[in-house]
Amino acid sequence: MMPYHRPRSLADALALRAATGALPLAGGTDIHPLRTARAAWGEPWRTPILDLSAVPGLDGITETAEGWRIGARTTWTTIAETSLPPLFDGLRAAAREVGGRQVQNRGTIAGNLVTASPAGDGIPNLLALDASVELSATTGTRRMPVADFITGYRATALAPGEIVTALHIPRDDGARGRFVKLGARRYLVISIAMAAAVLRSEDGRIAQARIAIGACSPVAQRLPELEAALRDVELARAATVPRAAHLATLAPISDIRASTEYRQNAALALLRDLLAGFAA
Amino acid sequence: MIELLVNGARHEVAADPFAPLSDTLREGLGLTGTKEGCNAGDCGACTVLMDGAQVCACLVSTAQAEGAAITTIEAADPLLDALRAAFLARGAAQCGVCTPGMLMAALDLLRRNVAPDRATVEDALGGVLCRCTGYLQIIEAVLDAARGTPAPVPARASVGAAIPRLDGAAKVDGTERYGADTAPEDALWLRVVRSPHARARFTLGDLEAARAAHGLAAILSARDVPGVNAFGIMPNLKDQPVLAEGEVRFRGEAVLALVGTRAAVEAVRHADLPIAWEPLPGITGTRVWQADADDAPQLHAHAPRNVLVRGRLARGDARRSGGAAGALRVVETSFVEHAYIEPEAGHALPTPEGVTVIACTQAPYMDREETARVVGLPEPAVRIIPTACGGGFGGKLDVSIQPLLAIAARRLNRPVRVVYSRGESMASTTKRHPARLTAFLNADAEGRFTGFGMDAIFNTGAYASWGPTVANRVPVHASGPYRVPNVANQSVALYTNDTPAGAFRGFGVPQSAIATECLVDDIAEELGLDRWEIRRRNALGKGDVTPSGQVLHASAGLPACLDALKPDWEAALARVAAHNATQPRERLGAGIACMWYGCGNTAMTNPSTMRITLARDGTLTLFNGAVDIGQGSTTVIGQIAAEALGLPLAALRQVVGDTALTPDAGKTSASRQTFVSGRAAADAAKALRARLLALANAGDGAALSLDGTRLTVRDAHTTRVTDLAALEADITAEARYDPPTVPLDADGQGVPYATYGFAAQVALVRVDTVLATVKVEEIVVAQDVGRAVNPLLVMGQIHGGVAQGLGLALMEEFIPGRTENLHDYLIPTAGDMPRIRIHLVEDPEPEGPFGAKGVGEPALVPTAPAILSAIRHATGVCITQVPVLPHRLHAAMKGHRA
Repeated sequence: MMPYHRPRSLADALALRAATGALPLAGGTDIHPLRTARAAWGEPWRTPILDLSAVPGLDGITETAEGWRIGARTTWTTIAETSLPPLFDGLRAAAREVGGRQVQNRGTIAGNLVTASPAGDGIPNLLALDASVELSATTGTRRMPVADFITGYRATALAPGEIVTALHIPRDDGARGRFVKLGARRYLVISIAMAAAVLRSEDGRIAQARIAIGACSPVAQRLPELEAALRDVELARAATVPRAAHLATLAPISDIRASTEYRQNAALALLRDLLAGFAA
Repeated sequence: MIELLVNGARHEVAADPFAPLSDTLREGLGLTGTKEGCNAGDCGACTVLMDGAQVCACLVSTAQAEGAAITTIEAADPLLDALRAAFLARGAAQCGVCTPGMLMAALDLLRRNVAPDRATVEDALGGVLCRCTGYLQIIEAVLDAARGTPAPVPARASVGAAIPRLDGAAKVDGTERYGADTAPEDALWLRVVRSPHARARFTLGDLEAARAAHGLAAILSARDVPGVNAFGIMPNLKDQPVLAEGEVRFRGEAVLALVGTRAAVEAVRHADLPIAWEPLPGITGTRVWQADADDAPQLHAHAPRNVLVRGRLARGDARRSGGAAGALRVVETSFVEHAYIEPEAGHALPTPEGVTVIACTQAPYMDREETARVVGLPEPAVRIIPTACGGGFGGKLDVSIQPLLAIAARRLNRPVRVVYSRGESMASTTKRHPARLTAFLNADAEGRFTGFGMDAIFNTGAYASWGPTVANRVPVHASGPYRVPNVANQSVALYTNDTPAGAFRGFGVPQSAIATECLVDDIAEELGLDRWEIRRRNALGKGDVTPSGQVLHASAGLPACLDALKPDWEAALARVAAHNATQPRERLGAGIACMWYGCGNTAMTNPSTMRITLARDGTLTLFNGAVDIGQGSTTVIGQIAAEALGLPLAALRQVVGDTALTPDAGKTSASRQTFVSGRAAADAAKALRARLLALANAGDGAALSLDGTRLTVRDAHTTRVTDLAALEADITAEARYDPPTVPLDADGQGVPYATYGFAAQVALVRVDTVLATVKVEEIVVAQDVGRAVNPLLVMGQIHGGVAQGLGLALMEEFIPGRTENLHDYLIPTAGDMPRIRIHLVEDPEPEGPFGAKGVGEPALVPTAPAILSAIRHATGVCITQVPVLPHRLHAAMKGHRA
């Protein structure tokens, strides 16, 4: 039988990860489908599994001196149902849009990040929240901005002995988050495109904006030029600012869900809707 | 060992810790009420509660369930009981395979929220897919249960009563047995090795060495097929091998069957098997429309230029029918997957005389014939026992697993079982035909249609399946339910290296209706006529002549359907106008479409035989060979038989669809079971009634009652009691009904069907003109069903048909090799459904039982064209390719503006 480890402590988990390189599994909402997809065409699963579900201390959201710590295994439902400041409104909206309720009850924030799908609904929000990822190994713990952690299409900087143990969200007093997602049906839908923003305004003008687009490039991207263009803009006018040129760094593909051209247009429309929502 | 706490009971189970909990519940603990539809979290059929929260059991490693309280459909729980009762009363379970998952999702909700609103219910159920019901009755049932007020159930079960389905209890308590639920413990497992190539030659190496190396009981190849290695629907066209012989013609074609213990067959890496592939250029992608070109590869020696079949209808001179208005369109449709939530599954048992196959199916007698030929046995040596069928929609009309199971069980003299994965079900079983339709419609200045023509090309995939049925049905129906004096239709089904296309609810008519109804809108626009008005002006009615030359003598209720819809149509137009006057971005649109659909086979015999027996022990049994695939034929045919006999439905026991026990009722397809088998059941019941009356020398009007073995016959004058136990034999009556048709001549002239269903639908859509997304807000249906034997089940068919029509219009597109799962292939969810209102029109069909005719397919046909008509109304853009994915509508709107 293929090795399946289910350690009861973080120390054991890290030791097993270092010793075996087993694949970390939390909610299983990506790994079990992958197993199924391979098996359908005669490729039995042979990768050892490191099940993190019994490791204490990986759940839940806690407030820290610098902001918030979201345990790696925190589920979408927990994110949606925890009382959090408006900064998290975008992430919480995404939490209600991932899969259906079943997946929201099992899928985890770190799992969404580590899978690093271009269409991962959590990722643009983490970028807009300026989140960093906490990576633990037997040799110690390091932190890295989410933007650096995802290195490419379904690729991350997770080192062989490491496990994601938390996400850290810096405090941003007065900032609000928003998220909009576009799919071809209501539930259980992979995004055609999505947009997330965290925005702080003072006296009706935008003091700071962090904006990210997902599913329009191999890795979800922040839009620094748009962010700069939004500074000092009246909130009520924010939706008029985005231009196609702000999206020049995106490289949307044509696939079964949408064409390149459509994604370009939709991304712009979503951005405008996203920003209009802040003024509403 | 892993310790699990399930429904309050502790279990020790030897399971792979990585095995999905759903698998351990089913195979380890025998709790088969939890269904597996995809093993990928895409369908929610396996939803259970884990510490009170709904989860997909297929996404939970068994090890992760240790220490958690698991609640499954088998649980005893008063709130769950309330939901069960509410589901039954609303007809919220059809095939029932999603029902356990739906119920668990609803239980999770009602435990969190005692008074949810509709949107909250949709959110809670959004993760469970249903392909039968269209969700609305499920949502209502959950709301009913929350309020503690289940829908009322009629006291009497007579024809016309909206009684809950007779086979519903097992569907809501988790005890219904589907294809994967019934295999004996000692059964070996079978796994099919499939071609990863659309077209390739292959050679097999040393299979015996591979068998030994992998510890298998057998590796079956084409050489091991004892009879004829060919199957197919058409009597003279058995073109599909059970296991390919040196060449494969589509991705997903079966090449080998591995048989052994489950662990052994699942451990085999298919790439390690001795198969040497030589991929060849195939006919796939956009090349399919030129499959009859000179330089196209030939798939079959029997089909020059890859032409499977041509269909034709000619009446008058359509090419010279031009008048005041004319329109021409080219419409393209995609493969559509049935997406029944139960993938193919079953098992076979060797028997002294042959083999018994126990599996989900729509057509037990056809399965028997196919299986017998493949295993080289006479038909009576093969017995087919249908399990409950977790959805069919045409996809389980062809054999899939049956021949393989039968071969393996006989070869190894052991029970053998198989469960298709979602991926192989989607890759290997039939689809709706993609179509490219070029059609024109001409009309005079008053909008009266003068001529219609269609050239239809159907991509039939690698094997014939039901391609000829599609190619022959479409020319008959293509001009729509309208009076058109000049018609010229032709169709061709072309072989390609795509997945075989076969039967799917409507047999090509849903595709052709998209083109036809678009043309009707074109003519209305050209002449400045209202879209309802032009349809009403041309609607086929009683006494009219169809393009086949058939006179509609009765039950032609389209004019009544349109009249019923007129207020809805006018209200929709008014609402659209008011809304759009102030809303530039989110625009509403109203659309309308009509349809007709011949019930039963096209100009071919399709009889049904029913037998009913009153036994000496007082049991009254209907031997009903019609497989209930969720649509409710067991209930409807039961209601018909009981009413015709004059005894209460509660007294009637049924034996359903077992080739050893029931006469042949034909296949469950073509909207024929209520009409054809219902009529046979009525005739059999009337014959039995006549014999019972004769027993008592009573007249026609006498009343029967049955109490144990005491049969009482009471008329105005006397009461006679017969003790059945004293009779020499059981009293049996049998009747066969074959709807009267006249074969079609070379021009498609004849009487192809004994009766037709008619319907019209109005769609109201909301289009975000910036994102080009479409939300269907409302569908109003008017459908002539002849007689609604059971209005609850009729409503269920209509809701489900609308849901599938919505999917066809907006989201469903099967692409071989690319959308072989239920997250890339999208079907509507609970949140995608519009409100649905229904006007039932009952224009009785004299041939049908109590006036009834078919319902199932007609419900789907008008939905997609009505939605497209509404999108056009909202945007000004006529879309000619489905599904209308946002990017397609966006591109069309951009082209329109330019």
